[in-house]
Parts: sequence; C-alpha cells; structure tokens
Amino acid sequence: MLAGVCAGIAEHLSIPVLWVRVVFALGILLNGVTVIAYAILWRFMPLATPTGQYQASSERRRNDLIQTAAIGSVLAGVAIFLVANGTLDVSGYTVPVALLVGGIAVVWRLVDDATMNSWMTRTSGPGFLVRLAIGLGLVGLAIVSVVTFERGFRGILEIGAAFLIAFLGGVLLIGPWAMKLRSDLVAERISRARIQERADVADHLHDSVLQTLALLQKNAHDPAYVVTAARRQERELRSWLLGQEADSGSSFGAAIRSAAAEVEDTYHVSVEVVLVGDAAMNDVLTTIVAAAREALVNAAKHSQALTIDVFAELQPTRIDVFVRDRGQGFDPEKVDASRRGIDESIKARMKRHGGEASIQTAIGEGTEVHLSWSNETREEA
Amino acid sequence: MTNTSVVIVDDHAMFRAGVRAEIEGRVSIVGEAGDVEDAVAVINETHPDVVLLDVHMPGGGGVEVIRKSQAGPHFLALSVSDAADDVIAIIRAGARGYVTKNIESDALCDAIERVAGGDAVFSPRLAGFVLDAFAGRMDAPVVDEELDSLSEREQEVMRLIARGYAYKEVAKELFISVKTVESHVSSVLRKLQLSNRYELARWASDRRLI
Repeated sequence: MLAGVCAGIAEHLSIPVLWVRVVFALGILLNGVTVIAYAILWRFMPLATPTGQYQASSERRRNDLIQTAAIGSVLAGVAIFLVANGTLDVSGYTVPVALLVGGIAVVWRLVDDATMNSWMTRTSGPGFLVRLAIGLGLVGLAIVSVVTFERGFRGILEIGAAFLIAFLGGVLLIGPWAMKLRSDLVAERISRARIQERADVADHLHDSVLQTLALLQKNAHDPAYVVTAARRQERELRSWLLGQEADSGSSFGAAIRSAAAEVEDTYHVSVEVVLVGDAAMNDVLTTIVAAAREALVNAAKHSQALTIDVFAELQPTRIDVFVRDRGQGFDPEKVDASRRGIDESIKARMKRHGGEASIQTAIGEGTEVHLSWSNETREEA
Repeated sequence: MTNTSVVIVDDHAMFRAGVRAEIEGRVSIVGEAGDVEDAVAVINETHPDVVLLDVHMPGGGGVEVIRKSQAGPHFLALSVSDAADDVIAIIRAGARGYVTKNIESDALCDAIERVAGGDAVFSPRLAGFVLDAFAGRMDAPVVDEELDSLSEREQEVMRLIARGYAYKEVAKELFISVKTVESHVSSVLRKLQLSNRYELARWASDRRLI
C-alpha cells in the first residue's frame, strides 16, 4: 500500500495481494512490531524490475487506491472503536507519536532505493515539495503537540531555545567536518566523472583509431587503400572531436559533407569541403546536394586530380556551390555522349528546381562546376 | 637556399622532422621547439623571418607563443584544427596566415615566402570562416563600418580563395594583378585582427583573448 511491500510478498508467495494486506493491517492493530517489520522489509526487499504487466498501471493503481482506502477505513473504524471502548488510550503521547511516525514515514518514502539514486540530482519538482512539506509539517505538529502537552505554549519557547542552542553547538562541532566531507564528496565525484570520460575516450580510440592503424599496417603495400583509410579515420575522429556526428539528413552542411565522404571512400581522392552558412534540408537543397555529388563523382572519376575542393555558400537569397578540381580538364566541345549525359543530368536537375549549373573547363586547366540557385532565378523559371 | 629563416614550433617531433625534410633547402631552418617556453627562447635568440606555429601545444598553444615572443618574426599558423575559434584566435593573436597540415610542400614554401614578405596567407578554410564571420547578418550591430564589413571586392577574393583558387588564379579571374589580390587579402587580415564584429568577438572570447 505504501511502498509495495505487500505486493512484493504476495508475488513471492503467489497469493492475492489483498490477503497480505489484511494480514498486515490486523498485525498493525495487534502489535507495533508489524510496523517495524513492514519498514524493514521495505528497506531491504529488492526492487522489482519493471515488466510489461505494469503497462496497465493506471487501472492497477486505481484498484490499489480503493484497496488501501478500504483497509485504511477499516483500521480507522477499529481504532475509533477501541478508543471509544477505552482499550486504546489516546491521551498522552499516542497521537503525537502517531503523527511523528507518519511524518517520518512520508519523508522516508522519498528516500527509497530508486529515489536514492537520483537524490543528489533531482531534489525538485512539485511532488517532492508537497511530500516534504507534509512530512515536515507532521513532524513539526508532533513536536509541538509533545511540547505543549506538559507545559502549554510557553514550553515551545523554552524547549525551542534549548534546541536552538544545542543545534548551534552541533553546527560548530560538526560543521567543519561536514563541510570537508562535502567537498571531498564533490572532488570524488569530479574525479569519477573524469575517469569515466577517459574510459569513453579510450574506448572510442580503441574502436576506431587502433583498428584503422592495424589495417594500415596490414595494407601498407596498397597506397590507395592507405590514403583512403587514413582519410576516413581522420574524418571520423574530427567529427567525433567536434561533436558533430549529425546524420546526413538534418542539415545541408551535414548532407554535403557526407556526400563528399562517400566520394572520398569510393574513389580514393580527398575532398575538401568549405562551408559558409547552413540550413535545414529542403527540396531545393536536396537537389543541390545531389547535383554536387554528381559533379564530385565526375571529378573523381575523370579528372585524375587527387584533391577536389568544394565550396558551398548559403545566403538568405541565394545558394552557390562550386566543385573544383585541378585535374586534366576536358574540351567541352569534344566530350563523348556519356559525359554529356552527365552534364545534362546535373544541369537538368538544377533547372527543374529553378537553379542553374555551369561548367568551366579547358584541357589541362581542371574543371569547375558551379551550381547556383536564387530567389530571382526561381521566379524566372 | 634562400635567406628566409624559419623556426618550426610543434609539439610533435615527428611532424617537425617531416616539415623539415619537406622544406629544407628551400628555406633555411634556424631552429625548432616543442613547447611554448622553448619556442619563445628560440625565437628571441634566432630572430627568424617566419615562425611555423602549431595552434595546439602544451602550455598555452600558439597564441601564447605569439604573445610572449619579441616583435619581429611573422607567424604562420600550421594546424590540423578545423575549429573556427582556434583559427580565428591565432589570427587575432597576430598570425599572418593559416594553413592546414596536409598542405603540399610547394604551397607551404610559397606561403612561407609570402608571409616573410609581409603578406597574408589564407587557406580555403580560413577564407570560409572569414566569409562566415563577416556574413551580412543583420543581428550584429556594425560598430565600425570600415572594420566590421568586407568590401565587395574583398568578398570576391575570399570566395575565390575558398573555392581553392591560388592568388595567381584569383588575379586572372578578377582581371587584377597578384599585387592587388595580396593587398585585398592583407586588408581582410587586418579587419580580422581588429574588428569587434560579434562573431569574431565571440570566437575570440571563447579562447579568452579579449
């Protein structure tokens, strides 16, 4: 009812929860030991791992509430009966003690195993505050009631002063030690975080860099492979270090980088991407990336250049992408049909989305493909 | 052997040896250093024309070396870093150029000569950062019209460099002389170092330069 102890026992013994609860309720009435047993079980019973059956939890919770209310009211009824009967003496300390125990229970309820874990990080939220307030309120009420019981309200002042003095003394005695403990704790947590971070870095390096280095040694006879593998590793490590392991679908920059990476891997060339501005992907940008990729593949396949420069600039009203190699170039007048087809595919593709593509090349001078799109060209198209 | 004297500063001995092998004979290498303290000592002792400077080093990195050395040598930053703040930080600290470590030997020697002559050297990537930082976004208040924005021509030059054009090719493309290209690039460098544009200030303050 309170911490799921009954449910736990019921599950363990595979009998209905209700019976366990009734037994506990009767036990509480007859003997206080049951309460202590309940508390002990609560602290030490292993937490159930959440399973699928908890999915219908709202219904379950309603049943639980009804049951708890039923048992509670029976208990209350019996208690009232006992009081009326004179068996149970509510004068004296009984009520304050009950309040005290209730208050402590509510506060403690916050500190069961699951909450304990997040205790340091999560001490906020309305639920927490309400419980804390109720718990402290009950405890406070209990204290006031104990104090006023013998001496009247004047007692609050006297005992309050005594407590305050004792408290101050305690702070003076324990304070420095507690502070040191706290700072030690903080230091320890920081150092643990550092060790964790170090382990993560080591893991990453092991999975990526060391593997690549081993592969490089094995394939040292194949320069093309070595260059490609080194490039790929460099790229991966960079993106990891800069924390930009973004997927290629999210932004123009990520998309064009991933296209460049693909071409690097496939054709054993290096592609230098310089990007100015960025934007989330849309139809036009998708087309531009596809056309740029086509231009990159062309350059990688035909130019015989080892590096290709990509420069992309995104401005509010226009977009330019240049793909440039310093390879052998070609004579635009004398390209064979297949090559012309590719030109057309770049150009036609851009045109369909209101952009333009132009190619500047000459034999021995390299090739530069310029893709452009602007608000104005779109309106003309 | 030309009389351009060079000091190589990098915390990886293997990389220093590699660079030395590549450019030895074309420039005269007068010293090497592996950390900030050594670097400052070597630079103040040998007074080189150019210092090839690694951005990341134990003890403060290239920025610290520039700050602690006596005035005189020109600094050319040589780095594997792609991060805008690193690049912008070292340029604002006073480096006259930035190239990446996978630069070819010819291009590196060119860059060294250029920096020795007082010009600026921009890699495509740096040009990209510059365009990004000076992009005409309206959210940044322009404090100094002259310093906080690039002229039309400077933007054109930066775009061509970002596209991978060499200075000579830029000159040809824009029908101007190489000297004019150089002066545009130098002026961009000056703006990069002196402007308080929001993006630059942010990049620099991330590195606690301001």
